[in-house]
Amino acid sequence: MATKVLVLAGGISHERDVSLRSGRRVADSLLAHGIQVELRDPDATLLHYLRETRPDVVWPALHGASGEDGALRGLLDFIGIPYVGSRADAARLAWDKPTGKTVAGRAGVRTPASITLPRDAFRELGANGILEEISDEFSGPLVVKPAQGGSAQGVTIVEDRSLLPRAMVDAYTYWDVVLIEQRITGTEIAIGIIDSGDGPVALPAVEIEPRSGVYSFEARYNAGETRFYVPARVSDEIAERAAQAALTAHSALGLRHLSRVDLIVDGAGTPWFLEANVLPGLTETSILPQALEAAGHDLGWVYSALADAAIAESR
Amino acid sequence: MTSQGTNLDQWYGHYAERTAGLAASEVRALFAVASRPEVVSLAGGMPYVSALPKELVSNAIERVMRDAGPVAMQYGSGQGMPALREHILDVMALEGIRAGVDDIVVTTGSQHALELMTKLFVDPGDVVLAEGPSYVTAITVFKSFQADVRHVPMDEFGLIPQALRETIARVKAEGGRIKFLYTVPTFNNPAGVTLTWQRRLEILELCRAEGILVLEDNPYGLLYFDGPPPHAMRSVEEEGVVYLGTFSKTLAPGFRVGWALAPHAIREKLVLANEAAILSPSSFSQHIIAEYLSTADWRGQIDTFRGVYRERRDAMLTALDDYLPDLSWTHPTGGFYVWVTLPDNLDSKSMLPRAVKELVAYTPGTAFYADGSGRNRIRLSFCYPTPDFIREGIRRLSTVINGELELLSTFSQTEPLPMLRPERSYHNPPANLG
Repeated sequence: MATKVLVLAGGISHERDVSLRSGRRVADSLLAHGIQVELRDPDATLLHYLRETRPDVVWPALHGASGEDGALRGLLDFIGIPYVGSRADAARLAWDKPTGKTVAGRAGVRTPASITLPRDAFRELGANGILEEISDEFSGPLVVKPAQGGSAQGVTIVEDRSLLPRAMVDAYTYWDVVLIEQRITGTEIAIGIIDSGDGPVALPAVEIEPRSGVYSFEARYNAGETRFYVPARVSDEIAERAAQAALTAHSALGLRHLSRVDLIVDGAGTPWFLEANVLPGLTETSILPQALEAAGHDLGWVYSALADAAIAESR
Repeated sequence: MTSQGTNLDQWYGHYAERTAGLAASEVRALFAVASRPEVVSLAGGMPYVSALPKELVSNAIERVMRDAGPVAMQYGSGQGMPALREHILDVMALEGIRAGVDDIVVTTGSQHALELMTKLFVDPGDVVLAEGPSYVTAITVFKSFQADVRHVPMDEFGLIPQALRETIARVKAEGGRIKFLYTVPTFNNPAGVTLTWQRRLEILELCRAEGILVLEDNPYGLLYFDGPPPHAMRSVEEEGVVYLGTFSKTLAPGFRVGWALAPHAIREKLVLANEAAILSPSSFSQHIIAEYLSTADWRGQIDTFRGVYRERRDAMLTALDDYLPDLSWTHPTGGFYVWVTLPDNLDSKSMLPRAVKELVAYTPGTAFYADGSGRNRIRLSFCYPTPDFIREGIRRLSTVINGELELLSTFSQTEPLPMLRPERSYHNPPANLG
């Protein structure tokens, strides 16, 4: 059993604020479970500190790069300190949304039609031509998002095509590659997956109903702005189909310990894969903790069990 | 959990309407990165308190505890400690203000005085006139009391009297009730400009004629670099001006001590409102500041601060000249801030994620307007980072601006693009960001 856990939270990604909230909540849950916890903001002293102190396990609550892109996880492998969550290679696949979609799609999970465009493509081929092609190819609303990142930062739902250039600029301001996706209308759900050593288990689906209609940053982190239904208000058959889609994506991407898969269930009951989150939000308003509690789990117990699994797998 | 689901806040429908803007926002969350040492933060307005010798404060604390410990740790007067108010008269005299010790109400920073004044005067829908741009957290206070904030333009000489005249006429024609004019006339936050003496007189005359109270907020007046600014507006108008002062910039903000100097009737109400809100301002902080002002060379210390900030102002202006010569900006002769105008098609709020990626932070111009103006403006603070850091910050900012311009040109956008993000929350950086 882990006796000395180092929770990492903060960092310098755009999601620092969210990460600090997640990290504090993970640390509190572990403390309440009787685990010795240190909470640390990763900086230039971190690697030296890890070599000197050698915690039993690192619990990365770092959203965004370098917590989710595999960089820190790879370095932890070098140092030989176990950590909770996916391995570096799997994290890299899932963190990049277009890659995640490709992998999930090849595994048989449906995912909305999309195109991925680095900024340089617009420089080289001209914006007008590309935007015209996009307008011709896709019908209905689009979702424009940075290819990497979380918390809906830089994400815009474009219903009026004249707003597409602004949406592109907003997304490129976060990241140099942008994913433009056909918007699927339906029930927005998220499925948390937990694996503490006995294989991945899908938690009850959480249905998301933002007051504004869009699960934006504001809808995510202001309590009251989104109504959650656990379990989601879908039939048992659809819930099972969605859970299988989430488990398939989780496994195809090679994710480990925990993830959250975001899906839209369309009118015909088909779940569409949007993305898989290497480190789901773990804040007071986040989905995964709600799903865990709805399934009757104690957060501290689960977070501790994941830490134990990480240690066991490192031996 | 019920079949109705949960919104994670069972009191969601119970909050007062005035809290509508008190929400987490994507932009505000980005400021969290500014607290990291890798980031050059030109966003917050944190005074450089390291220029204050620690022993000056620790000696004052030691003497207070030795000579007046039980009193300093007790509740105090709702109006504030008389001995401190005596010292405040000396401080204000430096800006030409003559007043009586009973005219002063000590508050928890001048921010609290601002809140009390708004509470005393503003009903929902009342009009508050303010410079455009105006101090971000004043706007937050006004909005929280559901004021209708009307901005009056400034130029390099401060608030434009003719624009004020026209705004007053327009509001009156609409049937609006103007409760006061809020102004930071000296080294304006965020614009960095200073209202000329002639304009001060003209504006006071106009407000007197129109029956409009002036709320003069003067946190930076003593921090001049190139010679003293014009005297405070309160120095020539006693009945029509409420003056707000603070020790946050001339000593340290951690004490949270400021004051209001008000005509008798308003002062009486301020004392009662102060007591209703906090019982009494911090006795401990007041004792320490009174002791410091009695025994330390506080005028010399202010001069030290002037030297520190002058060097940083110079570093910022030089770096702007070197790295962003095509832009325009104000040239402050005191205070903390430079106000930069970006090309018309840039949106400083949308650009902030790119800045964070480049490890530099600024405050988007829209934070300083109640009406969504200021998209192509940014406020840069030179008070906290060292001159070298300021230069590096401006270099990074030039990369950000050039990158954003190139992105916009890729999409052939020479006109401002429409906003896609909702404008519900306040976008100012938290107060503790350097």
